[in-house]
Amino acid sequence: MTVAVVRFGGSNCDRDAVRALEHIGVDADIVWHEDGLPADVDGVVLPGGFSYGDYLRAGAMAAHSPIMDEVRDLAENGVPVLGVCNGAQIGCEASMTPGAFTTNASARFQCEHVTVRVERADTPWTAAYDEGDVVTLPIAHGEGRFEIGEDRYDDLVAEDRILFRYCDEDGNVTDDANPNGSRGNVAGILGERDTVAVLMPHPERATLPELGLTDGQGVLTAFA
Amino acid sequence: MTAYTATVTVRLKHGVLDPEAETTQQALERLGFDLEDLRSADRFEIDVEAADADDAADRAGEMADRLLANPTIHDYDVAVTEQE
Repeated sequence: MTVAVVRFGGSNCDRDAVRALEHIGVDADIVWHEDGLPADVDGVVLPGGFSYGDYLRAGAMAAHSPIMDEVRDLAENGVPVLGVCNGAQIGCEASMTPGAFTTNASARFQCEHVTVRVERADTPWTAAYDEGDVVTLPIAHGEGRFEIGEDRYDDLVAEDRILFRYCDEDGNVTDDANPNGSRGNVAGILGERDTVAVLMPHPERATLPELGLTDGQGVLTAFA
Repeated sequence: MTAYTATVTVRLKHGVLDPEAETTQQALERLGFDLEDLRSADRFEIDVEAADADDAADRAGEMADRLLANPTIHDYDVAVTEQE
């Protein structure tokens, strides 16, 4: 299994993602977006950062980079694709996942640990957890508020495509536990296939034991 | 062909929270201004050579659909003027 971690100008979690994947025994390489994907790719990570300086909207420019056509083709063939933070914004801007991540309700950049509840445990990203598990992960974003029209949100719920919701330490999904004003406390969602997921929290920053938090390992084991 | 400027204005859809606008409103109020509400929008001025104003508007609208606006959260409008 070789995972391509796509580096755009302004990506800054690409090396973290590679180190975290290698730690769990997954072969991973950084791929510069202009070079296109190698032929033997078995997974794709769209890493966090500030691609294109967040010009226009976070993720909007990278979403239209030619490599995203290749990523979309792979995703449609069932290859696992994970977007984290800026990668999540890119995934939504590229319409690989529904909704949009926009300015936090606080209008501030927020860098803190949050707790999220596992809404489904029957996906590659959450097979290591049980449904209802409370997982601690770091967030670091200014535009992480999940926004989508009310009808579309109801569809997402009906289609069971919400992967993680922000919650308190006991797993209660409350307004107080919502760090950024996301609709429905949504922290992570699935694409049309369960093999495509985006989330604002950083599992790759919660994988290496020396960083003191390893709750994110389970998400990355989708690539193992 | 005629030279036109197509002005695309991109706004948040009604009901979508705009924390930046709220923060700006609060800052104005701190400066002593009295206002009821404030909305923000992005404006793009696009110079194009087009057969007529409708053609220029269509092309600018396509640009808004593809990139300038995000249909999940934005509405937009296009106004076309002939360049002098």
